[in-house]
Amino acid sequence: MNENWAAENLQTIRTLMERSALYRRALAPVTMLTGVVGLAAGGVGWLTDCNSPRRFVVFWFAVAIVALAGSFVIIRRQALRDKEPFWSPPTRRVAQAMLPCFYIGLVAGLVSMEDDVQDMGATMQLLLILVWMALYGAALNAAGFFMPRGMKLLGWLFIIIGTGLLPRLFLHHPQPLEFRFVHVVMGLSFGGLHLAYGIYLYFTEKKNAS
Amino acid sequence: MNPEPFLQLDRVIHEKGRLAIMSLLAASPELAFTELRDTLEMTDGNVTAHIRTLQEAGYVAIAKSFQNNRSLTTCSMTAAGRKAFAEYIGLLEQIVQQTKRA
Repeated sequence: MNENWAAENLQTIRTLMERSALYRRALAPVTMLTGVVGLAAGGVGWLTDCNSPRRFVVFWFAVAIVALAGSFVIIRRQALRDKEPFWSPPTRRVAQAMLPCFYIGLVAGLVSMEDDVQDMGATMQLLLILVWMALYGAALNAAGFFMPRGMKLLGWLFIIIGTGLLPRLFLHHPQPLEFRFVHVVMGLSFGGLHLAYGIYLYFTEKKNAS
Repeated sequence: MNPEPFLQLDRVIHEKGRLAIMSLLAASPELAFTELRDTLEMTDGNVTAHIRTLQEAGYVAIAKSFQNNRSLTTCSMTAAGRKAFAEYIGLLEQIVQQTKRA
C-alpha cells in the first residue's frame, strides 16, 4: 500500500473543495459583450460630443447598465442551459466581492455631477475615469479570488492603467481638454481591455473544453 | 503503525467517487447535479449511484425544483454528512501523522 495515500487523499479533497467554490460560467461571451459595448459607447460619445460633466456621467452609467443587463442575460442563459441555478453560491460570492467597489464608483460618479464640481469640466471627468478604472480593477481582483482564468490579472491591469498611465495623461493632457477625448479614453480603456481579454478567453476556454 | 484510524474510516465516504462528491459539497451550501457531474467528469449514472448511496447513509439531501420549466436537481450535505466528513478528514490527518512518525 502506498504510504502517502492519506496525504494524497487530503490534497485531492483540498483541491476539490477549492474548485467547488469557483465561479464556473463561461466568461468569454460576457467580457466580449462588455468590450464591444464599451468601444461602441466610446465611438458614440465621440460622435455625439456628449459635452457636459453631467451628461458624461449619465451616458456612461447608462452604458454600464446596458453591459450589466447583457451580462445578466448571457449568464442566465448559460445557467438554464446547464440546468444550474443562476444565483448560485459562487455567483453570490463574486457579486458580493465586486459590490463595494461598484458602490464607491457610483458615489464618485454622482459626486462629479454636483454643481460645484461641474466647473472643472472635462478635466474632472478624466480624473473620474482614473478612479473608476482603479475601482473596477479592485472589484475584478476581489472577484478573482472566486474565479479562474486570470481575472485577478485583468483587475491588476485596470489598476495599473488607472493609477499609472492615466495620471500622466491627466497631467499632460492638451488644453483645453475636449469631452470627445475623454469619451475615447473611456471607450478604449474599458472596452478595449474587456474585448482583448474576451478574445483571449474565447480561444483558451474552447481549448480547455475540447 | 497503528491500524486503528484506518479501520475507523467511513467506508461510504472512502470510495473515490463519493469522496469527491462529499469534498465538493463540503465547500458549497448546494450544488446542481450537473455541476457535480461536469466538475468530476463522471457519467450521469455514476453520479446518480454515488448520490443514492450517500443519500441512503443520510449524508446528502436532494432537492428537486423547476427553473424556467426545466427540472433542477440540487444536492447538499446534511448535518450528519458534515460530521462524518469532518471525522473522515480527522482520521486521514491522524494517518498522515503516523506515517510521518514511522
